[in-house]
Amino acid sequence: MSPELFNVAAAGAKIAFVWGVVLAALLPMLIWAERRVAAFIQDRPGPNRVGPLGLFQSLADAIKFFMKEDVTPTYADRFLFNLAPWITLVPAITTFAIIPFGSSLPVTLGGQTYDVPLIIADVNVGVLYMFALTSIGIYGIVLAGYTSNDKFSLLGGIRSSAQIISYELAMGISAIGVFMTAGSLRLPEVVAYQQQHIWNVVPQILGAVIFIISAFAETNRLPFDLPEAEAELVAGYHTEYSAFKFAMFFMGEYANMVAASALIVTLYFGGWSLPGIAFTGVAGALLSIAVFAAKTGLFIFIFLWVRWTLPRFRYDQLMDLGWKVFLPLSVLNLLYVAILVAAGKA
Amino acid sequence: MGTAEAFLPILLMLTAAMAIAALLLLLNTLLGRKVKTVRKLAPYESGMPLLDATRKRISVKFFIIAMIFIIFDAETAFFYPWAVVLRDGGWPLLLAMMPFLGILVFADIYLWKKGAFDWE
Repeated sequence: MSPELFNVAAAGAKIAFVWGVVLAALLPMLIWAERRVAAFIQDRPGPNRVGPLGLFQSLADAIKFFMKEDVTPTYADRFLFNLAPWITLVPAITTFAIIPFGSSLPVTLGGQTYDVPLIIADVNVGVLYMFALTSIGIYGIVLAGYTSNDKFSLLGGIRSSAQIISYELAMGISAIGVFMTAGSLRLPEVVAYQQQHIWNVVPQILGAVIFIISAFAETNRLPFDLPEAEAELVAGYHTEYSAFKFAMFFMGEYANMVAASALIVTLYFGGWSLPGIAFTGVAGALLSIAVFAAKTGLFIFIFLWVRWTLPRFRYDQLMDLGWKVFLPLSVLNLLYVAILVAAGKA
Repeated sequence: MGTAEAFLPILLMLTAAMAIAALLLLLNTLLGRKVKTVRKLAPYESGMPLLDATRKRISVKFFIIAMIFIIFDAETAFFYPWAVVLRDGGWPLLLAMMPFLGILVFADIYLWKKGAFDWE
């Protein structure tokens, strides 16, 4: 087998693995877990009828989505209305390409050993690819809100996009510190730097806090879920969507949450590495995947926990926090890390 | 791996993602109900007849935010290549970026004073 063919096959296998874990196992589990955690915090049983502990609830929901009628409202712009869920879902599930989910796996094939790095695409633009895709995802929300021709959708879509772009700025500037210390935009090198030195969260605690809180705003999660403030806006930008198109927005949102957790772990909490442990061989590769999954799972749980604990922000407070607090603080973080790096202290 | 070849898995992933989305929507079209009524296709208005026009004017604040975002986002994009080589450049490179950062901070303060970030 030629190396080129092997690379393509390996990429296909890695995509199948990541999507198998994220889409087929994690997403349904996550929706179930969110409802169970909500029920636990609010002292009620939650979904517990479909399968053991209600575990198959998401499967039942998926079947229901397939059986429902797909309605396109009379006044909607048909083409763009139908395009919007694609623009939300496709970038959301392709962002995982640049996140390293483990060390590297040695594969012996036809007497030849290949060292397969556990990342789908190790491209030189690295995290810029991810920021670009999340920016494209905003178009899905804007288009859904605008083309539905419904006042609730329009307000939800515009609020949502204004919120996301406000926090994207703080998020982007605070992340620059990480690339200064690593000297690269590629996430495997960010992980390697943290493995050799120290987790970025220790020297860059300010940047990490800004990044994590901005990630909540980026994924439209409480306390920043104003686009979906159901008391005022019914359901926000996807009010007019039904059946599987609604499910696509839903999947996109949860996939974004998983991707954001994975990115937080990779940038600030050492990615798949643990201090003092070398991950070599097949066992090391499997262990590194487990470490990465555990760290990401912890952040996903924090996302759920926060949602059911904190009240919602008001829109002016949200914009104030983004532009008047986070933007100056992220520039401060940038300067601080730049001075550390120039002085050779990091 | 800076070549186009490195992006091949991304192309593969994008194609597969679109195929999955198309397959799921096709399944929905085949299995879903298809009973269209005038009421069902009307825009949502909490169960009442439509009260007024749906395309309304939107607060100018959103346009200002969008414009400021484009300016600042383009500026932050310049920081990325600089950040990657800062370790090699050291102090001279850090100082070289300061006027640029100064303009950015000045613009931020100016917009703040003008009330571009106020939501009343």
